[in-house]
Amino acid sequence: MNKKKWKFTPLQIAAHLGSLIPLALMLWDIANGNLGIDPIRNFTLRTGKTALVLLLLSLACTPVNTLFKFKQVLKLRRPFGVYSFLYASIHFAIFIGLDYAFSWALIQDALLEKRYAIVGLITGLILLALAITSTIGWQRRLKKNWKKLHKLAYLSGLLAVIHYIWLVKQGVLDPWYFAAILLILLSLRLPAIKKAIASLRAKKMQKTAR
Amino acid sequence: MIKIKSSEITSKEEYLSRRDFLKTAGIVTAGAALLAACGAEEEIPATPATSNLPAEEVATDLTQELTAKESVLNYNNYYEFTTDKERVAKLAEDFVFSPWTVEVSGLVNKPQTFGIEDLLSKFTIEERIYRMRCVEAWSMVIPWNGFTLASLLNEVEPTSDAKFVRFETLADPDQMPGLINKLYPWPYQEGLRLDEAMNDLTLLSTGLYGESLAGQNGAPIRLVVPWKYGFKSIKSIVKIELTAEQPSTFWEGIAPNEYGFYANVNPAVDHPRWSQATERRISELKRRETLYLNGYADEVAHLYEGMDPNNLY
Repeated sequence: MNKKKWKFTPLQIAAHLGSLIPLALMLWDIANGNLGIDPIRNFTLRTGKTALVLLLLSLACTPVNTLFKFKQVLKLRRPFGVYSFLYASIHFAIFIGLDYAFSWALIQDALLEKRYAIVGLITGLILLALAITSTIGWQRRLKKNWKKLHKLAYLSGLLAVIHYIWLVKQGVLDPWYFAAILLILLSLRLPAIKKAIASLRAKKMQKTAR
Repeated sequence: MIKIKSSEITSKEEYLSRRDFLKTAGIVTAGAALLAACGAEEEIPATPATSNLPAEEVATDLTQELTAKESVLNYNNYYEFTTDKERVAKLAEDFVFSPWTVEVSGLVNKPQTFGIEDLLSKFTIEERIYRMRCVEAWSMVIPWNGFTLASLLNEVEPTSDAKFVRFETLADPDQMPGLINKLYPWPYQEGLRLDEAMNDLTLLSTGLYGESLAGQNGAPIRLVVPWKYGFKSIKSIVKIELTAEQPSTFWEGIAPNEYGFYANVNPAVDHPRWSQATERRISELKRRETLYLNGYADEVAHLYEGMDPNNLY
């Protein structure tokens, strides 16, 4: 095999496989009848949580590189983002097709008039736009605007967490763990903090040089 | 996750056939009394009844809709254990509820502390099949065993000043790991207006599916108020107090605009964050339309005459 043609690093392969494991587990559970007591809620939650985890992983790549100078992870932003969109699509399809069985009157009441659902819908639309324009072709076509557009990933992360918080009863902590991780990831992008990290690294380098 | 086993279906069928037997023997008091009052047949209809049935026959109809016992036992909101519905059963496995006493006090002539055995021997245990509608828009149909709250209250004789009933759940940190979440104002407390408490539908349940309550379902004694959202049906009661003022309730203390004192099931009054128009009946794929007062309007709508339903969430 020609090694040059093999474009994927082991890390990338791991990211792709890892992103598909939750889907495989869901299909396994369906095949084995492990549907849980409320199957629609079960799979809605699982696909939604997986989409959120992958979105956070995608958002974590840049800070991880800032912190550890580990450039390889930057290549994972795209696959994590696209897989996040995949799970979000299944999440949405379950909501529309199974939970509400394409009953538009009910969907209008449940989706378009309720803030948690509206926020979820906006998150999904952002992910859709980002997934479509994730290719190199679109990157070239949009030039400088591509980067601007893909900054919406931060917004989608925030909206996804709000979507989750508004869905649960007060005091249920699960969405807040995601909120905390997101806040850490976003704060690592603040110029002041980035500067601090850079100067810390410089100091460390000096020490080791001495 | 709980796999739906074939044994579970058997248990429901077994339950139904046993119930049929008891019925012919004239033992199922509540069902029989209700049916006798309506002059309905004692036989369970062969085909699942539809919604155009006369209201009196709804009680019979519900036997066709019973939620599998496994689901009732393994899908619980009991935050004293965990907020994860499918883990409550596991965490409540070793819940010790013997000995257990219920203190009935406040504005009553005869305040008393009852041992759970006293209650079980003192009152006739009836069976009531009720819809249970959670504020989270899912529902079940559960065959409860218990006695009316009214029969207990009559025993202690509320004074003329008593206007409300306040209930309290056990809060034992050694047994209930969820109490570690200090965001919640433990202990869980609930309340009813006295006329709601005295209504014949209001049940103190000590069992379901003909067996003693399991920890996760609120053992050894819990409230069942079928026309209100599930969180009103407080579990593992240790204290019942008659008061003159409307008692504060657990969820009202957390989000008064979302979970009010009345918490009447009403498809026309949405939760501020989600619709209450429909519900998902556990084990059914298609959503059901939520019924006004959860289908018990004939029995309890008169309690709210002259009140604005928009304020009864």
